Amino acid sequence: MPRRNDIKKILLIGSGPIIIGQACEFDYSGTQACKALKEEGYQVVLINSNPATIMTDPEIADATYIEPLTPEFVERVIAKERPDALLPTLGGQTGLNLAMKVSEQGILEKYNVELIGAGYEVIKKAEDRECFKQAVLKVGLDVPESAFAHNMEEAREVAKKIDFPMIIRPSYTLGGTGGAIVYSEEDFERLAFLGIESSMINEILIEESIAGWKEYELEVMRDCKDNVVIICSIENIDPMGVHTGDSITVAPAQTLSDKEYQEMRNQTLKLIREIGVETGGCNVQFAVHPNTGRIVVIEVNPRVSRSSALASKATGFPIAKFAAKLAVGYSLDEIRNDITKETPASFEPTIDYCVTKIPRFTFEKFPEAGDTLGVSMKSVGETMAIGRTFKESLQKGLRGLEIGHSGLDNKLDYNTISDEKIKMRLQVPNASRIFYIKYALQKGMSVDEIYELSRVDPWFVANIKEIVDFENALIKEFKQSKTLSVEALRQAKQFGFSDAQLSEIMKTDELSVRNLRKEAGIKAVFKLVDTCAAEFEAYTPYYYSTYEQEDEGNAVKKTDDDAPKRKIMILGGGPNRIGQGIEFDYCCCHASFALKELGCETIMINSNPETVSTDYDTSDKLYFEPLTFEDVMNIIESEKPDGVIVQFGGQTPLNLARRLNDAGVPIIGTSVESIDLAENREKFSNFITQLDIIQPKNGSANSVEEAVQVATRIGYPVLARPSYVLGGRAMKIVYNKKALLEFIEEAKDVSQGHPILIDKFIEDAIEVDVDAISDGENTFVAGMMEHIENAGIHSGDSACVLPPHTLSQNLLSQIKKHTCKIAKGLKVVGLLNIQFAVKGEQIYVLEVNPRASRTVPFVSKATGTPLAKIASKIMAGKKVADFQFVDPETLEHISVKESVLPFSRFSGVDIVLGPEMKSTGEVMGIDVTFGAAFAKAQMCANQSLPQEGKLFLSVNDTDKRNIAFLAKKLSDMGFTIFSTKGTARALKANGVKVAIVDKVGDGKNNLLAMIKKNELRLIINTPSGERSQSDMRSIRSAATVYDIPCITTLQGAWAAINGIETSKEKGFVTKSLQDYYKEREKQCAAS
Amino acid sequence: MKKAVVYLQDGTIFEGRSIFSSGESAGEVVFNTSMTGYQEILTDPSYAGQIVTMTYPLIGNYGVNKEDVESNKIHVKGFIVKEFARRVSNFRATKSLTDYLNENNIVAIESVDTRALTRHLRLQGAMKGMISTEDFDPESLAKKLRAVPSMEGADWVKEVTTKEKYIWEEGTSSAFKVAAIDCGIKYNILRILTKMGCEVHVFPATATIQEISAINPDGLFVSNGPGDPAAVPYVAETVKNFIGQIPIFGICLGHQILGLALGGKTYKLKFGHRGANHPVKDLAEDKIAITSQNHGFCVDTDSLPKGEVEVTHVNLNDQTVEGLIHKKYPLFCVQYHPEASPGPHDARYLFHTFINMMKGANATT
Repeated sequence: MPRRNDIKKILLIGSGPIIIGQACEFDYSGTQACKALKEEGYQVVLINSNPATIMTDPEIADATYIEPLTPEFVERVIAKERPDALLPTLGGQTGLNLAMKVSEQGILEKYNVELIGAGYEVIKKAEDRECFKQAVLKVGLDVPESAFAHNMEEAREVAKKIDFPMIIRPSYTLGGTGGAIVYSEEDFERLAFLGIESSMINEILIEESIAGWKEYELEVMRDCKDNVVIICSIENIDPMGVHTGDSITVAPAQTLSDKEYQEMRNQTLKLIREIGVETGGCNVQFAVHPNTGRIVVIEVNPRVSRSSALASKATGFPIAKFAAKLAVGYSLDEIRNDITKETPASFEPTIDYCVTKIPRFTFEKFPEAGDTLGVSMKSVGETMAIGRTFKESLQKGLRGLEIGHSGLDNKLDYNTISDEKIKMRLQVPNASRIFYIKYALQKGMSVDEIYELSRVDPWFVANIKEIVDFENALIKEFKQSKTLSVEALRQAKQFGFSDAQLSEIMKTDELSVRNLRKEAGIKAVFKLVDTCAAEFEAYTPYYYSTYEQEDEGNAVKKTDDDAPKRKIMILGGGPNRIGQGIEFDYCCCHASFALKELGCETIMINSNPETVSTDYDTSDKLYFEPLTFEDVMNIIESEKPDGVIVQFGGQTPLNLARRLNDAGVPIIGTSVESIDLAENREKFSNFITQLDIIQPKNGSANSVEEAVQVATRIGYPVLARPSYVLGGRAMKIVYNKKALLEFIEEAKDVSQGHPILIDKFIEDAIEVDVDAISDGENTFVAGMMEHIENAGIHSGDSACVLPPHTLSQNLLSQIKKHTCKIAKGLKVVGLLNIQFAVKGEQIYVLEVNPRASRTVPFVSKATGTPLAKIASKIMAGKKVADFQFVDPETLEHISVKESVLPFSRFSGVDIVLGPEMKSTGEVMGIDVTFGAAFAKAQMCANQSLPQEGKLFLSVNDTDKRNIAFLAKKLSDMGFTIFSTKGTARALKANGVKVAIVDKVGDGKNNLLAMIKKNELRLIINTPSGERSQSDMRSIRSAATVYDIPCITTLQGAWAAINGIETSKEKGFVTKSLQDYYKEREKQCAAS
Repeated sequence: MKKAVVYLQDGTIFEGRSIFSSGESAGEVVFNTSMTGYQEILTDPSYAGQIVTMTYPLIGNYGVNKEDVESNKIHVKGFIVKEFARRVSNFRATKSLTDYLNENNIVAIESVDTRALTRHLRLQGAMKGMISTEDFDPESLAKKLRAVPSMEGADWVKEVTTKEKYIWEEGTSSAFKVAAIDCGIKYNILRILTKMGCEVHVFPATATIQEISAINPDGLFVSNGPGDPAAVPYVAETVKNFIGQIPIFGICLGHQILGLALGGKTYKLKFGHRGANHPVKDLAEDKIAITSQNHGFCVDTDSLPKGEVEVTHVNLNDQTVEGLIHKKYPLFCVQYHPEASPGPHDARYLFHTFINMMKGANATT
């Protein structure tokens, strides 16, 4: 069937900010979908609140709305754009839920918008647990024993019929939020209550625990002619009980015979037909009893998902792109397989390698939360590795994870770990279990014992044992002959051992191992990911490395002109983590787009399957490889690029810059020397002083004594941190010697021999972030962002506004001058980010980063200037003067960036912000007034400001002087104010009406009780710097659980008041980015 | 662990290792792209005379069991993989794959760059080859290989067909009596027909018309099997006599034999279709089935008598013919494997078509 001609304009909903459970995979799928629909001649309207996405680039959709993902704003966009159809299946759970809401509210009907891909009934059947169970049973399939409950009485009734352990799953939540395994009656009471609360419809499913069963996923696609194909099967190494997103998974399934696999395939077909997903991608999860083979259906997602992104990268089959085409009427056989060109998309990919996905956790950021894994997702990113064997892909994946492991290495000496600890770490799922399997094997535990404890399938454990046994053989061989034979080295490489791992065995350095094996002729070869196991010719250069006979590195025939092009390689950012996420991938993609525009051949290296950069469409060549020195050098030696870009992928490629430079790799852009200068405290201080720019007093320390001396010299409070880290890892504001000593103890692991940096902390200063582009001579200041919170909160966590709204012209032009001076002094070629602090009329430079910053996409979206693209072109030789820039200060609209925090995932963690970054993502509010933009940003971040009701106000002593006016205003706006004694006294003295409430305790007016009764609408609580307030901590944590906006600075409170006023007046403007830019161009032309 | 080599007719050598078996074996080297189903593939008589390389690198993970066999023995001449599983994991496994191969004296080697081998076969075409754990001298291997007959023109059916006629014993019901000509029939075809209510009489490929007519069958089934269809003209001759008499269903080699019986010709494909992911379009229904395939030869549609035979199915990868139907008589056949095993079950409906054809024929007589 050809494309539908009865629809012209299609609305897509994005997935909003990066949060745990919903990351850049939906930018990947959304971007693919927008491009595919545009290619077919449809007009595409997009609504998404996340500015750091490729999909919100103005050239991807026809009209792009950066607006809150709420029914109200979707309606505004629909009313304005009048689309014919809404495609709800590409924006993750957020997009799907929002489509359901606008459908239920009659908005789609009102404006005559058709849901395509999956209709309302279909989504309900898959998402509503009771409907889903009925659908599964109807087609004769099996599910775990279970029943629903909508309140505690019902829940207790159900629980009587099911044995412990049981699982509680709330309906309509994301990434399994609120889901939990229950082992006892006490747990049950608490977790059932939380589950009911977190469900959008106050419903939970209580079910038989199938923890420990084998877990599988099938990715499936269906077209309008009812053709169904399976794209990929995935087997989880961590068995049932650990959220799939937190499991190490492998593709394809390894331990199913054809009979079982086909049974699962048949069940999948029955399910997708019964649920009625009309067209598109879908994912089905199964659990299999390891001893009986009983198969039960766990879940169906009637949309593209994290797993479908993984499956696309694992097979080369672009699920989201094809899902979009199927949604507008094409059938699978009418779509061509991009990779083979001659064969259609109506087939099932077959692969000739093994793919391992490993989640990346960030427990180090939340030390109070344990690293135990369960049914609620906690990982913030993932890496994927491709190898010809499981052993190879596992080891590649572990080094690609960038957590300091060079493979399945020996970071911990197994001799130092007790048997009890090993047993515990095997039995209770956790983030480092894979290493404990190794330690257990090293200690002599058998494969079966390990299986009994961990329920990790013996096939996987046995493969790990092969790695361990082989490592032992290598150690023995080296002991005997003081070297390793060519055969041993070759097999080691085939088992995935990195040069770094081998250097430990051979007691030498990594480079020596590299040279040794290269001399022996052991070199990485590159193989293609081609969807068909080499059965057909592949035209897409998507590669992975391995150690085998044939190198296909240059096997792909060039289709366009064969004229030699300048080859530029871009190093990506690896797995997402807090501090290094989608923003850097956005920059890498832009580098590739821009350099292609300049006629260069672009080569991307990355290991993150969620990203747009690892879409084989993004660059001319894609290498899906870990970003380690060894793996990158292998590709460089094979490709011999003319230039390598390291400043876009965040800290990952920057950390390699020095070694690559030393190895003679042509790094383009800002020199490695300048990067070092900016990182080296002492050199940097001298440099800044020479430029006549002021820095907070500072020093660096290599020992505890030195640190104390430095801190005493410059005076407390100080900001202390290790050097060479991103996202303010382990950074802290310390107010006294005791706290400093504690900090040093904690930071030991992170700093790894690098000195500790100590700065004077400037209290009550306004922080300003600047992004600029320079060619070494001239510099363009592309954006200045004024932080809404005080300096001291990590820039990645703080809200900021562009253009600045309180700073004077004079200050701004000084900041600009400083920026240009620094850029010229550092000979920056490309991007530059500087953080300034302003106190009174004094400007301090806090930090200079001669690389892409997290705010590049935000500034690009806010100003319409594509910073990363321009910077890439400058790195390739263009000059600042070659571009036409628009002064961001002339913008008529205001953009506010707000961060999104993951605290609700980590129960018990304090939500106070500080110099260490904790947010996972960001959103943007754009409007013509600050209040409107701020209010939108808050809505985008899912903390909509209340318009009236009860609020709690409690501030520290410093802030007490400044709250009277603020409180009066809130009171006038119709809020009832509750305060603690101290704050209440200050307010009463100024004539503000206030009720006193206890923070905790048994009293009736107990704050915690008010939160739990859902009576509070807003909390404003500024914590005092040095005292740890354990009672306030529990309040803030509770507020997180109950989704009550919690503001921790006075500046934030003022911004909120501003926003509340605008919301009350409904003074919002709904305008597409394209229209904002057009207006700006008109102004420029006029002036 | 012993060194081993794959030596191809064109002189190309791939190195590997043998972990258990030693020896030498020659045959046509082909690749199969199924990710599961190695036990079914090993025991599929259609692979007689062939050395099979699996494109999926990790083989043997779920072991072997008693049920997943497609005949009473392993038929492949040799087996080439990237890596054999050292440890088996599956609730039905009774034995490891390596033990199974070893006990059956199959020369099987690993650590081969099977992707490179596959690419080579794709580019150069399927060819004769040899695997050896003893002789690594190209000249000597070439000499030995020259003595091995080529697939084209070779009658492998007589090597695998049943010696005696027998009735498949699984199942009890017997609504239809089916005569199956065993050119190397897969057990799963027999299992499915029986389950659907057929009493299946399995005949040797050399059975005469009289022997088959003697049981008074409701339908005739022409099975899959190894090698060149043109090398077994005697089966086509036998089958010819039943065209228009009783419903006929052919699978794979059976399909090619029916093509010949109808007056058509067959030709050898460059590297054949062997896998479980081939899209086949049912032209009448405009629907796609993902099919299991295993064939090196193909029916030439242009050679078929115009007006009598219609192409019902095509392969969407290369547009080759995948199914035929006779316009006048109850006869149809497919090039692929609706019995799967291994592979998707999308094409099971064809067995119903056969049953319905027999029902129809019974109703009219």
